[in-house]
Order: sequence, then C-alpha cells, then structure tokens
Amino acid sequence: MTTDPTMPATPKAKPDRPARVGTARKAKPDTYILRLYVAGQTPKSIAALANLKKICEEHLAGRYQIQVVDLLENPQLARGDQILAIPTLVRKLPLPVRKIIGDLSNTERVLIGLDLLPRE
Amino acid sequence: MTKSRPQALKPRTQLPKSPTGIQGLDEITGGGLPKGRPTLICGGAGCGKTLLAMEFLVRGATQFNEPGVFVAFEENAKDLTKNVASLGFDLKDLISRKKIVVDFVYVGDGALEATGEFNLDGLFIRLEHAIDAIGAKRVVLDTIETLFSGLPNPLILRAELRRLFRWLKDKGVTAIITGERGEATLTRQGLEEYVSDCVIVLDHRVSDQVSSRRLRVVKYRGSTHGTNEYPFLIDEDGISVLPVTSLGLQQIASTARIPTGVARLDSMLGGAGYYRGSSVLVSGTAGTGKTSLAAHFVAAACRRGERALYFAFEESPSQIMRNMRSIGIDLEQWVQKGLLRFQANRPTFAGLEMHLTTIHKAIKAFEPQVVVVDPLTSFISGGNETEVKAMVMRLVDLLKISQVTSLFTSLSLSGAALEQTQVAIASLVDTWLLLRDIEIGGERNRGMYILKSRGMAHSNQIREFLLTDYGVELRDVYVGPSGVLTGSARLVQEAQEQAALMTRNQEVERRQIELERKRTTLEAQIVALRAEFAVQEIASMKIIGQEQAENAQLAQERTDMGLSRKADATPNKQKGGSK
Repeated sequence: MTTDPTMPATPKAKPDRPARVGTARKAKPDTYILRLYVAGQTPKSIAALANLKKICEEHLAGRYQIQVVDLLENPQLARGDQILAIPTLVRKLPLPVRKIIGDLSNTERVLIGLDLLPRE
Repeated sequence: MTKSRPQALKPRTQLPKSPTGIQGLDEITGGGLPKGRPTLICGGAGCGKTLLAMEFLVRGATQFNEPGVFVAFEENAKDLTKNVASLGFDLKDLISRKKIVVDFVYVGDGALEATGEFNLDGLFIRLEHAIDAIGAKRVVLDTIETLFSGLPNPLILRAELRRLFRWLKDKGVTAIITGERGEATLTRQGLEEYVSDCVIVLDHRVSDQVSSRRLRVVKYRGSTHGTNEYPFLIDEDGISVLPVTSLGLQQIASTARIPTGVARLDSMLGGAGYYRGSSVLVSGTAGTGKTSLAAHFVAAACRRGERALYFAFEESPSQIMRNMRSIGIDLEQWVQKGLLRFQANRPTFAGLEMHLTTIHKAIKAFEPQVVVVDPLTSFISGGNETEVKAMVMRLVDLLKISQVTSLFTSLSLSGAALEQTQVAIASLVDTWLLLRDIEIGGERNRGMYILKSRGMAHSNQIREFLLTDYGVELRDVYVGPSGVLTGSARLVQEAQEQAALMTRNQEVERRQIELERKRTTLEAQIVALRAEFAVQEIASMKIIGQEQAENAQLAQERTDMGLSRKADATPNKQKGGSK
C-alpha cells in the first residue's frame, strides 16, 4: 500500500497494513476509509485519484482516509478485495463494502456508489 | 511412409503439444492441446467443462511436472476441491505442494458502480502473480464469461479479453478457457473469435431416456485431429474419452488357435478352434444354448490359465454360475481364482457409449484374453440398430486390437430369418455359429452349424447340440431320405439301423456256416472216392499181375513141350538136314 505522493492532503496509510484501518475506525467512527487500487502510474490511475480527492474534499471533508494500493508492487493484495478491474475504489468503511470501478470521472455515479446519494 | 523416403519429404514439424493425460483425448488430438496457446472448451451446463479443465491441470502437475493455475470464476477453492475429490484428485495436497494454485475470482453480482474507463489489470496481475509463484505452465480460466455478468461495458471487456489471450500466449502457458454454449454461437460471448487455436465442444445429450456425453474437436489449428463426436465418461478415475472410431483396420491377425471348450466343435473348426483375437458370434433362438457355449469357452480359457471377462446383460453372475453348474461347468472356482470376472449391467443402465466406455475400461483394467458379451441383442431398443451396429463395430475393433478373442451371443426371434441377426453384425465377426431348434415328431431339439468361419476349413454339417450333465455334446444328426432327424427320432432311426445291421450280420454268418458245411461234405466225399479208387487200384494191379504170371507160365510150358517132343529142336538144323 502506498500513498500517492502527488496528493499531500491525504492522511497517510502505511503500506501492507490493512489492520491499521481498524484502528482508524475506532478513532473516528464516521470516517470513510477508501482504498484505491491502481497498477502503476497510468494516466487512468492518476485521473482516478485526482477525481476521488476532489469528490472527497467536496462531500466528505475531514472524515475520510484514502489508501492507494499499487498492485504492481503488491500483487498479492488483489486477492483480498477481489480486484479485477483497474482502477477500483473500495469503500472499506463504513460497511457494507462498496466497489466502484473506472476512473471516477462521473461524480454522480461515484456518490451513488459511496451511498452519498440515494440510488434511483 | 516418411521414414522410407526421408529425402523426398521434408520432416514434418509437428506443433508442440501439451499432453492432457486424459484417457483418449491425447489420441484424438494427436498428443494433447497446443502448447503455449489457449484452448477453448465450450458446452452446455453440466457437460463436464470444469472437470476436464481440472483434470488437465491435475494430470499436468502429477504426470508431466507442469504446475498449473486454476482461476475459478464460479466456484470457490473449497467447493472445487470437494467436487474434484470425487474423481480421486487430492487438490488440497497439490496446493500445499505448490503444484496447483486455485484462485477464486469473485466477480460480484453486478452491483458495481462503473464510472468511466477501466481495464482488467487487476486480473492480469493476479494471474501473473499466481503463475510466477509456482512457475505454472498451465492455466485454466473457468468460466471467464462470468465477467460479462459482473462487470459493465462489454466493449471494454472484449478488448481486455483479447489482450488477455494474447498475454497468455506471450507468457507461454498452455491455457484452457471454458465457455457456456450460446444460442447460435459456440459460446455465449463469442469467445471462439478470440481463441482460435483449438476449440473443443462438449455435449450432453439424452436419447431414449439415456444420456451420454460427447466431445468433439471443432478446430485445431496447425494439427490434424479426429473430427468425430467421441463419447466420454466421467467416473471415479476422471474423464475417459473413447476414440474407438478413429481406429483403422490395422490389426495383426494371429494364426494361433484357441480351443472352443467343446472338443467336437474344435474338430468342426478345422480341428483347432477359433483364431486367437477373432470375434465369434453365437446366434440362435431362445434356449438354444448360447450361454452354455459361452460358458464352455470361458471355462476352457480359465483352465489354460488365461483371464476371461464376462459381460452379462440379462442374467446376474450368480444365476449364470448356478445354471452352468447344472451342466457340469463350475465357473465359481475361476472367479475365486481371479481368472474370471463378471460384469453384469442392465443395458438400460446407461447409454451405448457409456457401455462401450465401461467395457473399454474394464478390458484395460483386467487385460483378459477372452471376452464374452451375453447377449448383444439386449442393447437394441427401438430403432437404434445403426447405433448398436456402430458400437459393436467399435467394440470388435477394440477387442481385435488388444488381441482379445471375443464371443458375442445374439438372440434371434423365432419367426425371423435365422441368418439375419438382430444387429446386422454378421459381416463384422469372423466365426458365426448358428444354433437352431429343429422340430420333428413333436419334439424340439437343438442343432448347430457353422455358418462361416473366416480363414479356416470348417465342417458344413449340422450337428445335434445336446446339453448333458457334463456340458455340451455334439452328435451327428441323421440325414436320410426323410430329412434331418434329431432327438428321439434320431434314436429310433439309430435303433432301426442297428437292427438292420444285426440282421445283415446274421445272414452273413449263416452263409458262412453253410459254405463250411458244404466244404466239409465235399471233402468227405473226396476222401471216400479216394479210398474206393485205392481199393479198385489194388484189385486191378492184382489181376494184371496174375495175367502176366499166366502169360509167362504159358510160354514156359510151350518151350518145355517142344523140348520134350525133340522134333525140331532147332529149326535151322531141321532145314539143312532135309536137303
């Protein structure tokens, strides 16, 4: 797990330590733990992260954590969250787990996927 | 052919192949699946795609030292392990020994949100990770079409699949991709467009309430392959495909002979019995002794120490053994010694192909020298004669190629022409014994003759076929002006002949005695005549002697008288003196 260095505002998560997510939840119960799976620094992943940050800042300011997992570095992590498509955003918390795939360019669909907007 | 003319023909570069280790499949494909390329296996639900793919991996890992990755899109590793355990595959062990990796890919229920473009790098990375972890040479993707139900945007998926298959090729792994059969296409998502090296279609068909699985190689780029539909079977040893129809007619014909178990029948067949590796058909109406003849054959084989396999389709083994004991054939001892094995199944228990496959497997496992199928005709059930014939042909081929001498019994319905067997297999067999009943004088008796026996001189006579306490006995039938006589008619005829013979013998004796008597009489007469003659001879000789004596006496007397008269003592003196 690595944090994208281009996004300084993100609270950092240490690589390979999903347990830390649990700790974070205890500290802040209403925090959104969001994990973005990418494979290398492709334009699509960069765009996805940028889009995600923008959305979080607008809708979840102060109560979110973004972890970025680069599968090229940690391929074994793909199994845990059943990752097929890249990029995939996984909402680890709050439960239930939600997955959103793609470059997150459609803000409305991302919000629906994160349950921040009701589904029609 | 290539060997004899190496200069004329360029040595054929055979496509490298990856053996599946699946019984029969390697024969059809000429060595296995294309090495380093993806193969598509498609078919409807429940036709055995997953098992075939799994067996490919397991055989690869255990027999060919090629570790494999199984990417399961439909079942998780636990279920999969359980499912294939029934085929004797210990997946858990193989996984712990790092021979196989099972990666369960959960595609989800379609509740994913899609926001813009994506690719399947996640899958690629997982696959690569798994392949590299154990140095896999084989990969199975089962069933990749599940992606289409779980992920949005089919256009992206198609492009990604195309990339995936190319990537697999670059990676040099031999891959199996399974796909559900579609309406008009081989697979629902038209995967055959992407996987074009080798396509195998599995099929599960039901006819006459009996289901059978079939396999067909639709396409195999760069290689010859069997194109027929081959039946296959899934059982406790995995999959076995039966490519029997691919066999040619290259069997070696043995000149060795094998006794029939009935001494008289041996002598009818040129004195030595059947050819080893030939096929024998015994046909006849009900109760003519077909099974008894088969039992003789089997018992004789076991007595020689050979193994015999008896496929019974109408009677249970214990029933056959009991019945044969009544004619003095003890089959049980051979079963106990392990020389004879019965395999009894109802014909309706499975489809023809399944039967053929089980027969095939049983023969492979037991390696008998002698096989009996009793009776063949029970396979016929309404209009499937051509199929039965095809099956029998394949069976005969199979047995011939393994140099197994086979005996089939066939029940002819009374009324039908005896020479016409129910299954028109007469042309396939080498020796055909026809058992028939002969009705004469209110009796029904059994007769037997050899309708044909290829490649040997054989008797053309009908024999009466008797079932005695000591087994089958063949007797000459009486053929006379009143036709063929059997049973008591034959006995009567034999008695009559016996009587006539006796009369004739007595007549001869009488004449001889008479002759002797005549000779004695004549000889006695001869002796008497001789005696009479001797008497007469003596008498005659006596008279002759007397007369001679008398003559001599007379002459003497005359001389004496002259002397006494002294008249002319000398006639010369008298003449001179008187002058």
